[in-house]
Amino acid sequence: MLEVKDLHVSVEGSEILKGLNLTLKQGEVHAIMGPNGAGKSTLSAVISGKEGYEVTSGSITFEGRDVLEMEVEERAQAGLLLGFQYPVEIPGVKNIYLLKAALNAQRAARGEEEIPAPEFMKLVKEKLAAMKMDPSFLQRAVNEGFSGGEKKRNEILQMLVLQPRLAMLDEIDSGLDIDAMRVVADGINSLRDPERGVLIVTHYQRLLEHVEPDVVHVLVDGRIAKTGDKQLAYELESRGYEWVLEESTA
Amino acid sequence: MSDEQTFLDTLQARNEARGDEPTWIAARRQAGAARFEAVGFPHKRVEAWKYTDVRAIARGEFRLADSADFSPATAAALTLPIEALRLTFVDGVFSRALSDLNTLPSGVTIEPLSHALEANHEAVGGALGRLAGVDFSPFTALNTAFAEEGAVIRLAPGTVVETPIIIQFLSRANEAPVMSHPRVLIEAGGRSEATVIEHHAGESGATNFTNLVSEVMLDRSAILSYYKLQEAPVGDLHIASLHVEQGRDSRFTSFNLNLGGALVRNDIIDDLNAEGAETQYNGLFFVRDRQHVDNHTLVNHNAPRTYSNENYKGILDGRARGVFNGKVMVKRDSQQIEAYQNNANLLLSDRAEIDTKPELEIYADDVKCSHGATTGQLDEDAIYALRTRGIDNQMARGLLTLAFAGEVMDQVTLDVIAERVELAVAGKLPERFNLTGLVETASALGEK
Repeated sequence: MLEVKDLHVSVEGSEILKGLNLTLKQGEVHAIMGPNGAGKSTLSAVISGKEGYEVTSGSITFEGRDVLEMEVEERAQAGLLLGFQYPVEIPGVKNIYLLKAALNAQRAARGEEEIPAPEFMKLVKEKLAAMKMDPSFLQRAVNEGFSGGEKKRNEILQMLVLQPRLAMLDEIDSGLDIDAMRVVADGINSLRDPERGVLIVTHYQRLLEHVEPDVVHVLVDGRIAKTGDKQLAYELESRGYEWVLEESTA
Repeated sequence: MSDEQTFLDTLQARNEARGDEPTWIAARRQAGAARFEAVGFPHKRVEAWKYTDVRAIARGEFRLADSADFSPATAAALTLPIEALRLTFVDGVFSRALSDLNTLPSGVTIEPLSHALEANHEAVGGALGRLAGVDFSPFTALNTAFAEEGAVIRLAPGTVVETPIIIQFLSRANEAPVMSHPRVLIEAGGRSEATVIEHHAGESGATNFTNLVSEVMLDRSAILSYYKLQEAPVGDLHIASLHVEQGRDSRFTSFNLNLGGALVRNDIIDDLNAEGAETQYNGLFFVRDRQHVDNHTLVNHNAPRTYSNENYKGILDGRARGVFNGKVMVKRDSQQIEAYQNNANLLLSDRAEIDTKPELEIYADDVKCSHGATTGQLDEDAIYALRTRGIDNQMARGLLTLAFAGEVMDQVTLDVIAERVELAVAGKLPERFNLTGLVETASALGEK
């Protein structure tokens, strides 16, 4: 589904990703862990198409398409959706406008009709309930005045409504209290599907107690230094990242 | 021949054709003409006109229209589709056919100025020109010299009018441009309540000059909402001043919404003359290409415990220019007043320009005042965030522009105006973006 090959990325002239390889198959949940500054956020930013990142070599393919040739919105329309570590506040744009405009953009890209209003309302209400969010959220401007936890829930709500092919979650667990963490984890778990991929980027193992990954990668100094199963996450939690770095350079 | 002389010659020809008038009217005309001749058109060295060049008006040659013929189909498309008491003027000439005054509630008088003068000119003479003197600006002087038509609205004390009153000004695409100098007079008696909409629209090829002067008097506890919806054709030249005077505990709300016109200048002056008087100034303009909109507002806090709040927003695209000058004047003994002012502008293009200037003159010491002005572009982070959800660049910009306008439009309680402006702003959005559908869905969910 997602294939990253020998990816080299620079930001303002300094190389952050130094030959990263990653393969994620349909139905799998992958977690990318790593210390601060390893390039975790750079990876998700490059996949989603954020400006300011220069890909010097390598490739990203998503379901056979060259991701680096696609516009930001085309990536989302194709089902490649990123949940932000720091969701942006968009004053004056109601959540419901964003959800409907986004869903219809996705449908238009697939050559489908706009979603009928009753169907849309039913869908949104169901997903709101799943995220334990009050319907009044819809009338509020996107993330404006939201608490950290509300912003993260809102990111997952968007995922549930937009039903991406591959959901990427960048540090979705930062700034969450225990209760919010459960709701967010439940949301992610409900995205698990044999047809869909999930890529979780995280600093801590905490979220992975609730969302069990199939594959865990350790990103150190711009490369995947080690890949394993969920046991690797526990090992990192107790031993830190230093040993992986030593092992990979030894 | 000077620019001014062209206008004075047209005036003289008109006066001769018009024949005898009551002495006071002739004297006013004479005073207006004399003032205009003495000062001439404003030039850019005058502070109040520093950013607004009126040469397109001064050098123009404008006839006076003599008929109110207008295509009924076009009129129907331009007219706000709501039940209203309506006076319509075509290039300044009263149109009985396009007016609707059949069901006037008791206590309300709405009539064309010409009819009011004919019926009882002395009843008009006292109020007319009391707030807008010939020395206010050369354009007020010119208006006073020419004025012969307009609207007179009177609300008897205690009269509450539920139906909006619309004064509609239509501009025609004539073979040669015309000018009009309409005059609006509104007297709201004590505890009366009404909504007045001044609506400007017209045929797209029009290049006419409108020079409007309005005077509005609110007696004790009167409540008046005054909407100006200026959707004049983009070739029209538009100068207007709105002079307001408020009595004790009265409330005035102005919406100054400008979407059309090539050259537009609005002056709003409000005298808060007694305790408890409140005024709200809401303004929004959206201009493109080479449009120019200048809003000059003034609030005079002439009495203690008076309140003013102003929120003006401008959206500029292309090579458009905007001017905002908001002045608040607090007299020496006007203690415990509150005055707030905010001005924000959005530049959608590098070549658009806005000049904004708040002015506060405060001679009392126990007051609450604040003002702020911001100018910026659309937030690129917000555009990126929307694009990451699959919304394309154009639509993302449209949504954000709409959101910016929404902060003023949220205060509008007349749906027909809110929708009209929202759709005009959203006009740049792709067609497949079904705004109406979104709004309906949003409100339906809100009710559940």
